[in-house]
Amino acid sequence: MKKLINSPENVVLESITGLGAAFSDLIKVHTNPNYIIRADAPVKNKVALVSGGGSGHEPMHGGFVGRGMLDAACPGAVFTSPTPDQMFEATKAVNGGKGVLHIVKNYTGDVMNFEMAADLARAEGIDVEAVVIDDDVAVKDSLYTAGRRGVGTTVLAEKICGAAAESGQALKEVAALCHKVNANGRSMGMALTSCTVPHVGKPTFELPEDEMEIGIGIHGEPGRTRMKLKSADEITEILLTPIIEDLPFKAGDEVLLFVNSMGGTPLLELFVVYRKAHEILTKSGVKVTRSLVGPYITSLEMAGTSVTVLKLDDELTKLWDAPVLTPGLRWGG
Amino acid sequence: MSNISAAQFFAWIERYAAHIAEQKDYLTQLDAAIGDADHGANMHRGFQAVLAKKDDLQNSDIGALFKGVAMTLISTVGGASGALYGTFFLQASTMAGTKTELTPGDFASVLEKGLAGIVLRGKAAIGDKTMVDALQPAIKAYKRSIDSGESLEQALSKAVSAAEEGLKSTVPLVARKGRASYLGERSAGHPDPGATSTVLLFRSAAESLT
Repeated sequence: MKKLINSPENVVLESITGLGAAFSDLIKVHTNPNYIIRADAPVKNKVALVSGGGSGHEPMHGGFVGRGMLDAACPGAVFTSPTPDQMFEATKAVNGGKGVLHIVKNYTGDVMNFEMAADLARAEGIDVEAVVIDDDVAVKDSLYTAGRRGVGTTVLAEKICGAAAESGQALKEVAALCHKVNANGRSMGMALTSCTVPHVGKPTFELPEDEMEIGIGIHGEPGRTRMKLKSADEITEILLTPIIEDLPFKAGDEVLLFVNSMGGTPLLELFVVYRKAHEILTKSGVKVTRSLVGPYITSLEMAGTSVTVLKLDDELTKLWDAPVLTPGLRWGG
Repeated sequence: MSNISAAQFFAWIERYAAHIAEQKDYLTQLDAAIGDADHGANMHRGFQAVLAKKDDLQNSDIGALFKGVAMTLISTVGGASGALYGTFFLQASTMAGTKTELTPGDFASVLEKGLAGIVLRGKAAIGDKTMVDALQPAIKAYKRSIDSGESLEQALSKAVSAAEEGLKSTVPLVARKGRASYLGERSAGHPDPGATSTVLLFRSAAESLT
């Protein structure tokens, strides 16, 4: 294992400490328990958004804390859900009196730990709603599994709901909006190489030089199928076809197209994928009106990409365009 | 039949921590095959944190001991295993209360309470390829043995065998809960890591409670 770390035990703590030092104008990092909050938290009379999950997906979620997005993020150990005491303390720290929304990716550990944290917070009289994001079309038979995984749509939901909370919406409205984003977003990912979890020290899975894993999860958990490596255009089609069929996205729809790097794939290649995805959508009459390209929900150093398509309407477009100021995402006034 | 003291229950936890420490790489390896490669490391971190509280825990009543174990696991393990093992010990603590020793029959009720907590939190049933596949038959075998008048030693030995059988039964199963469920058919042919750590829990009990 070749990594820029001092020790596997300290990598998360040292990383969030660095994040806090780099963006001290935007965020505050609390340790033991670990959570990251907006520098100006708690914001009075604003619904607060708390998310979290295992580390290793940077910039998600800590890099999305700031004005117009999350109020708090709780980083767990690498690829391991954070613990209820983290979410509970973070929830208390950002509660501005208008309630707290937990945005949870659909993984067994994350859901259970957030449920326990929500129980603790409600027992202290804090109004908590939780929305589970489950947008990964790679999971086929969701009746017989833990359900679809939460992937790329999480980033979009955090941005859009953050803007809604900033505009003064109530907890019930922001939660309903989060459900709406989840219902209209679909994703699928693939891997060219494995990643190596620091405390494991060797690659999570073996993938021969000429093969790829289609439907990979963001923790290196295997996906739908393994196949011989193909061209970027063919891979893009393999990812996009089930996404389009699933919602389904139809001619006349306006969408946000999000092409994400799993961590190891450079922008040079991401834009090759984006170009083909844009072409496929345009050919089927779907109009790409907004886009996001880059490493936003990663899987350590894994090479690969995921594609997320979100059906937009005027409300979602307006909230997407609203100003955001976080370490990982920033635009507008 | 002899009762089980708080000191013996603490010895159980210590023994389990030792088994986890020994098997952590194996547990993580099992998890890498069908999950996310963290079960051994996470459980090890949790039980080392429990051992660090030895001074408080070894002088506690049984309820306080189990509660201390639960809260430590919940706040240090993370993932599903932190929530599930934490819930198990938390529910066990409410049943044990302030007692400083349990009859083997009381212990059956404590285990059953813990199991009920896990089932409620994880919503898993037998056959889903989870820790429940080892835990439920082990507790059932233990209770049946105690109820039929067998010794604690016999009952615990039957619990270990039932847990091992349960673990073996997870190998051909297709997972329906947890991250392994995303693999579909590809999860078959591997033992469940949570069921594996559950076997160690009963092996530790057999080694320390009699």
